[in-house]
Amino acid sequence: MIDYDYRKPETLEEVFGLLREYGPDAALIAGGTDVMVKIRNMKKAPPVLVSLRGLTDLRYIRKNGGYHIGGLTTHRMLETSDLVREELTALYEGASRIGSVQVRNVATLAGNICNAAPSADTAGPLLVLDARVVLQGPEGRRTVPVAEFFTGPYKTVRRPDEVVVEVEIPEETAGFGSAYFKHSRRKAMNLPILGVAVSVKLSEGDTVSDARIGLTVAAPTPVRARKAEDFLKGKPLSDDVLAEAGRIAASPECCAPRDSLRCAAWYRREIIEVSVLRMAKLAASRIKSR
Amino acid sequence: MKKVSVSFTLNGDAVTAEVPVTWNLLKTLRDYFELTGAKEGCGVGECGACTVLVDGEAVNSCLYPVFEVEGKSVTTIEGLAGEDGALHPVQQAFLENNGVQCGFCTSGMIMSAKALLDHTPSPSEEEIREGIAGNFCRCTGYVQIVEAIDMAAKKIKQAG
Repeated sequence: MIDYDYRKPETLEEVFGLLREYGPDAALIAGGTDVMVKIRNMKKAPPVLVSLRGLTDLRYIRKNGGYHIGGLTTHRMLETSDLVREELTALYEGASRIGSVQVRNVATLAGNICNAAPSADTAGPLLVLDARVVLQGPEGRRTVPVAEFFTGPYKTVRRPDEVVVEVEIPEETAGFGSAYFKHSRRKAMNLPILGVAVSVKLSEGDTVSDARIGLTVAAPTPVRARKAEDFLKGKPLSDDVLAEAGRIAASPECCAPRDSLRCAAWYRREIIEVSVLRMAKLAASRIKSR
Repeated sequence: MKKVSVSFTLNGDAVTAEVPVTWNLLKTLRDYFELTGAKEGCGVGECGACTVLVDGEAVNSCLYPVFEVEGKSVTTIEGLAGEDGALHPVQQAFLENNGVQCGFCTSGMIMSAKALLDHTPSPSEEEIREGIAGNFCRCTGYVQIVEAIDMAAKKIKQAG
């Protein structure tokens, strides 16, 4: 029998008070599209759901120096934001491919990364946009680079008494172009078989001055392919160079895809190899200013 | 099991439901208000048969905890027709264009289509398909459904 109670705080202080009061009996719920499914599938629930939907101040997308996205911002808000589409294009591509309109209307960015599925569609884009996760707890705020946020499948560095209040993206990211490719069997209502995000910055003569590659479903957590990134730096943006970067990204030096029901590991590696090249070219074509 | 009292607007009327805390919006609509237009297909947000509008946006009512509905405005398929019983243009277009076979997906499909047209009055075919991508139909090939939504968009525009 599924049984639970709920609380609907309106401020972060109230959230922290409830988490202190109920301790391990409390679980946070934002949009609920993962939590409600899990409760149904497991046929059991945490004794108290603490809903974050009353924290309406945490729904925002702002550009102020860098980019600031409130934790409770929905994927639909990201998808329909001109700022996100034009300047954080990989994130637009990730957010707009999650679930369906119905899911994106309620599911939140913080929820997607806190659920920490190895296939999270916003994780790859956030990795290549060099995002930082702002966590707030009763003791104060701390900021963690998204590359260090995930610690295992469905595990993060978030402590039970912390709330992801914001995702910030540094101002330097404005000089990069970015792209995300979700390889899936159908366009909607599907997890990626593999996700590849790339961002690049070019200098004179189309030389790669900086590049970031984020892979999802390629390891127990979303990962940066740093060896491939290092290889790209200082090289011309040519097909040969990008193909080699793809080979490095797909190698055991950068990822550890596994055989699963949805896809074989060797095929995942092949997708990485070709997608790094394609996404790097697409990202480069999106660079706004040098 | 603990009950909760939730007050919200349902198809334009102020209502209050006294239901178990663990109920979702879909169960509340069907078993408390006896509005059985929204259907439970999968129960996990995959199929869209339970789609209703909350504050004008399409959501899966099977994933929507009832306690989150407090103070919101909910529209279901039962609330689409006018006072005089005249069908909404999307409903009319589904009828005229054979957009219904077994009918199980139809309520959800029409609610998604309404939300789409409210935001995007002249959608492209791709936008229509995107708008109903979270609604599964297992009878048809979606062709008549997409055509019906396109037809409804044009009718609404003409009447505009």
